[in-house]
Amino acid sequence: MISVCLYFQVHQPMRLDQGYSFFDMGRKHHYRDETANRDIMRKVANKCYLPANRMMLDLINEFKGDFRVSYAITGIAMEQFQEFCPEVLQSFRELADTGCVEFIGETHYHSLAFIFSPEEFRRQVEMHGRVLKEFFGSSPVTFRNTELIYSNDLALEVEKMGYKVILAEGADQILGWRSPNYVYQPAGCTKLKAMLKNYRLSDDVAFRFSDRNWDEWPVTTEKFARWVHAIAGNGEVINLFMDYETIGEHQWEDTGIFNFFRSLPRSILSHNDFRFQTLAEAAACIDPMAQLDVPYFTSWADLERDVTAWLGNPMQDQAAELAYSMEEKVLATKDDDLIATWRELLTSDHFYYMCTKWFSDGDVHKYFNPYDTPHQAFITYMNALNDITLRIDNDHG
Amino acid sequence: MRVLMFGWEFPPYISGGLGTACLGLTKGLAHHGTDILFVLPRLDSDEEGKHLTLMGANQVRANVGISEILELQERISVLEVLSPLRPYLTEREYSSLLEKKNLITTEEILGQLDNDFSGGYGDNLMAEIVRYSLIGAHLATSENFDIIHAHDWITAPAGIEAKRVSGKPLVVHAHALEFDRSGEHVNQKVYDIERAGFEAADRIIAVSHFTKDTIVKRYPIDPAKITVVHNAVAKDRKLDQVRIEKSFKEKLVLFLGRITFQKGPDYFVEAAARVLEKNPNVRFAMAGSGDMFPRMVERMAELRMADKFHFLGFVRGADVERIYAMSDLYVMPSVSEPFGITPLEAMVFDVPSIVSKQSGVAEILDEAVKIDFWDVDRLAFEILDILENEERAKTLVERGRETLKKVQWETSAKNVLAVYEQLTGGAS
Repeated sequence: MISVCLYFQVHQPMRLDQGYSFFDMGRKHHYRDETANRDIMRKVANKCYLPANRMMLDLINEFKGDFRVSYAITGIAMEQFQEFCPEVLQSFRELADTGCVEFIGETHYHSLAFIFSPEEFRRQVEMHGRVLKEFFGSSPVTFRNTELIYSNDLALEVEKMGYKVILAEGADQILGWRSPNYVYQPAGCTKLKAMLKNYRLSDDVAFRFSDRNWDEWPVTTEKFARWVHAIAGNGEVINLFMDYETIGEHQWEDTGIFNFFRSLPRSILSHNDFRFQTLAEAAACIDPMAQLDVPYFTSWADLERDVTAWLGNPMQDQAAELAYSMEEKVLATKDDDLIATWRELLTSDHFYYMCTKWFSDGDVHKYFNPYDTPHQAFITYMNALNDITLRIDNDHG
Repeated sequence: MRVLMFGWEFPPYISGGLGTACLGLTKGLAHHGTDILFVLPRLDSDEEGKHLTLMGANQVRANVGISEILELQERISVLEVLSPLRPYLTEREYSSLLEKKNLITTEEILGQLDNDFSGGYGDNLMAEIVRYSLIGAHLATSENFDIIHAHDWITAPAGIEAKRVSGKPLVVHAHALEFDRSGEHVNQKVYDIERAGFEAADRIIAVSHFTKDTIVKRYPIDPAKITVVHNAVAKDRKLDQVRIEKSFKEKLVLFLGRITFQKGPDYFVEAAARVLEKNPNVRFAMAGSGDMFPRMVERMAELRMADKFHFLGFVRGADVERIYAMSDLYVMPSVSEPFGITPLEAMVFDVPSIVSKQSGVAEILDEAVKIDFWDVDRLAFEILDILENEERAKTLVERGRETLKKVQWETSAKNVLAVYEQLTGGAS
């Protein structure tokens, strides 16, 4: 049997108030753009989260356990659901109750913590695990790092933390001639299994679904199922990883994206060798085919599939270095509110907004960027971060 | 004395020092009883103009009748003499005006005049300058005045036109030159307009000897035709005199100006890094916008100073006063600064300054700290020394107060008035 694993990332950053200026530093300590955060969350909830969850629930009920799906919801997204759209959380709970849905662990704040501070990384992963247990009743066994950022060292750390499965991009530079459609064992690990994204099939939906310049447009469910079924005999698992917002937000409803997913289970299951499984279920019943050796960081972002969307230019490096250099000082305050605010600033999106690579991926960056320029993103970010330092020095120093 | 004055910007809608200087000078002139009709490309509602008559060129079209249109035809051919403008006359109404000048219809001209001015320094700047000069010529026939005064190259064509039509004397006021803005890589068209203005002028007022020397050397103009009148500074503060409490303990060093080649922001950034190496208890603020802004932000990040170096963007109104009031030291490292009013503004807030020797303001600041803009080590040394030496800082502040007593717009205006009187034979 070949397992098809659908996995969706659910994330919304806490956006910063672009009006927060040098003059506010040391006087005002509120950096969030509450209006934008609320409006965007409500908009995406109505276009994507609520109707998509409804659809998934219907499909799970219809297929009586044969349709299964996995989600990674960031902690920062869950906090905003709770604040702005509690009905979204409720609908995820209903999905959890079916027993056909797996929730995946990650850093609570969708951060780059592993790259800068293994201790902070562990704290954020544990925090997210606790939140998942509290909301959905079970602790995660599958781990995916922010934006599928991955390396050997990360896998070792994640195995140590007790996870059984880890997700990564099936990037060409790590696979070479090998296929993403098998389970791998991370180098140095003995129990942990790696599940790799089939980026061609995933991106056919996530990025190309409504691209009329693509010669395969339009992608019907039958055509997509044919591509999936063609893997029979050449693989054991097909990992379709994408942003949940693909459904209804990146690809609007009028592209036919909902109908595509609604008819996907029947088309996939029309071939007897194929079944849907959650990531943990699939990994549990498939043995690793080979070792996966990834000495440097990879990710699912941009054509480079590396970390240059978040780090590498002087603004990104400076901002991230300063943010993580404050760790000890921030934690020592034992001020929960201040610590949480600092952690919101560790969310990777802030560094993504400072990206100056405006080449082939510029469009994607621009679409997700609330700032006019990366420099403005950097300045707003630094004003907020510098205020945190001032707060610590003035109140706790 | 009634002056037909052409300007391009006026507070609060300013991009640099030109508007501020126009405000100060006109206030000074009004103090001496001068009537001023000040023409701007467009008027918004809240310019600071109770002391003069402000007029927007965008409102003048109502006066255009058939006779004016016939005259306009004539003036358009005159404008063709300003050859540098021609490549820019691509805007629909202007190309048609110029190419088919014998076929001009009333509708075409009225239609063209209906197009509003955008003001500012946008893409159609050259076309706007030409249109503005047409309005200038029109006003010269319909208004009563004794003398024409045009500020900077951008209004020079209007001044030339007004003089041609009225025969009244023309004063061209040089606040900044293309060599200041662009170094050796001058825009030939701008240079040609500047030069045409200087040649047509009966008298040139330069804001400094620094500027006068450049005009003589580069344009080249007879020095006898140039009078130096230094700018002054308005001393009124909207915020009260109490020093604004900073939210941090470090001393603050300020750069305020356009972030462009001319202002030397890169020397400020490099000096900041050297200061922080020796004394980490200093903060730097860079206020302003400009084409070098992204590069300065990235360079600052590269030097890893983001916890001590802050960008404010373009500040206006009360925020300008706030940032001066918060600062402990002002630095103006201009590469080429015809005058440079900001060190005087800083003095109003009891903030000592370091100014580059390549600035006009240095001529009236005998006792100020002066450096060569390129001497980053020296700049860093002076910043450290002034911040760490309370006595020296105090002395500089006191000298600043003395300077301010002498530097007044009324005085500058008196010198301008003397020029007017020489040219008009003392009309009053």
